[in-house]
Amino acid sequence: MHEMSLAEGVRGIVEDAARAHPGRKIAAVVLEIGALAAVEVEALTFCLDVVLRGSVAEGARVDVETTPGTGWCMQCAANVPIAALYDACPHCGSYQVQPTGGTEMRVKALELE
Amino acid sequence: MCTVCGCGGGTLTIDGRAVPMRAPAKAHNEGGTRTWRPAADTPPVETEAVHATPGHLHFGHGPAHAHAPGLSQGEMVRIERDILGKNDALAAANRRRLAERGVFALNLVSSPGSGKTTLLVETIRRLAGRLPVAVVEGDQQTEFDAERIRATGAPALQINTGKGCHLDAHMVGRALDELPPPQNGLLLIENVGNLVCPAAFDLGEAHKVVILSVTEGEDKPLKYPDMFAAADLMLLSKVDLLPHLSFDAGRAVDYALRVNPKLRVIRCSATSGEGFDDWLAWIEAGATRARNR
Repeated sequence: MHEMSLAEGVRGIVEDAARAHPGRKIAAVVLEIGALAAVEVEALTFCLDVVLRGSVAEGARVDVETTPGTGWCMQCAANVPIAALYDACPHCGSYQVQPTGGTEMRVKALELE
Repeated sequence: MCTVCGCGGGTLTIDGRAVPMRAPAKAHNEGGTRTWRPAADTPPVETEAVHATPGHLHFGHGPAHAHAPGLSQGEMVRIERDILGKNDALAAANRRRLAERGVFALNLVSSPGSGKTTLLVETIRRLAGRLPVAVVEGDQQTEFDAERIRATGAPALQINTGKGCHLDAHMVGRALDELPPPQNGLLLIENVGNLVCPAAFDLGEAHKVVILSVTEGEDKPLKYPDMFAAADLMLLSKVDLLPHLSFDAGRAVDYALRVNPKLRVIRCSATSGEGFDDWLAWIEAGATRARNR
């Protein structure tokens, strides 16, 4: 259940950022979560619902933008789309694919009311 | 004044109805609502305040009293910070401390029951007189593992995470305060037995080492890919038991390499000693690099 730790991290980042905008209500927290990131989005949003209570972002909407997974295929010497860490290259079928994108977990923005 | 374009919100009227300046000619329901393009393959999230009554779509009810395509009416504040940023900063601090002492640190991860502690005990026994070792043990409860390590003569510190499912860089930083690892030595961090959560948390180690025992399923690398992707070395352990099992070692290694083509694999057994020469040589090569950095 490391999603709880991640949710605590989100709360910390949101509270830090909100200090620059005193008195403003936070309408939404925008997260960017890669398709290959080590987190289950459903579980994270569930945890955020609990963790954001009592914070400056209590009741805020949580928007999650997912970025697609990409990997470097060593056979094709090209970046290719992959949906999971164990996916084969969609072009040549090789498993020699190293993830290059879609592993990020970031707080992208806050929407202030 | 409108915070989107600077117009005087709601002052222009057509047929008696307020229309914000520079409003689109029609309801703008396609496209994103933010100040940047949504990531590819992401359906746009509609957040704008549209007040709809039959025959009337009003875009001026939001806080900005105006609408601009692609913008929500609330103020967007870009942050762009990694959720794990705090942990990563603490891990970087741990890494600096370890580098200053020339310490080679490994983060050992696996499911519960893979034999991590037995493997560590045997590793420490064989390294005696060759490389000084300290161990940090992570478990939810009990000090059993640290006691097993201390019985070998190596210093060990037990971290109990309580309800926690993984070690984090803050915990390991505290452990380094309590148990400074030996100069130019080896620090073995045995993470909480969990093949999921520890994958995401950098502790400041040089490498994650994932242990997969042959009494588990050979499909574990595909079922728990994050951990195998995060590791640099896989120890396929308890291989002395292979004759008694239907475990297909070749398939397990193949699956692990699908997830992580750069993964190094060593087959070993703490009971028979198989593979320990390779494992200890790998450790000593790393320790030499850490010393000479």
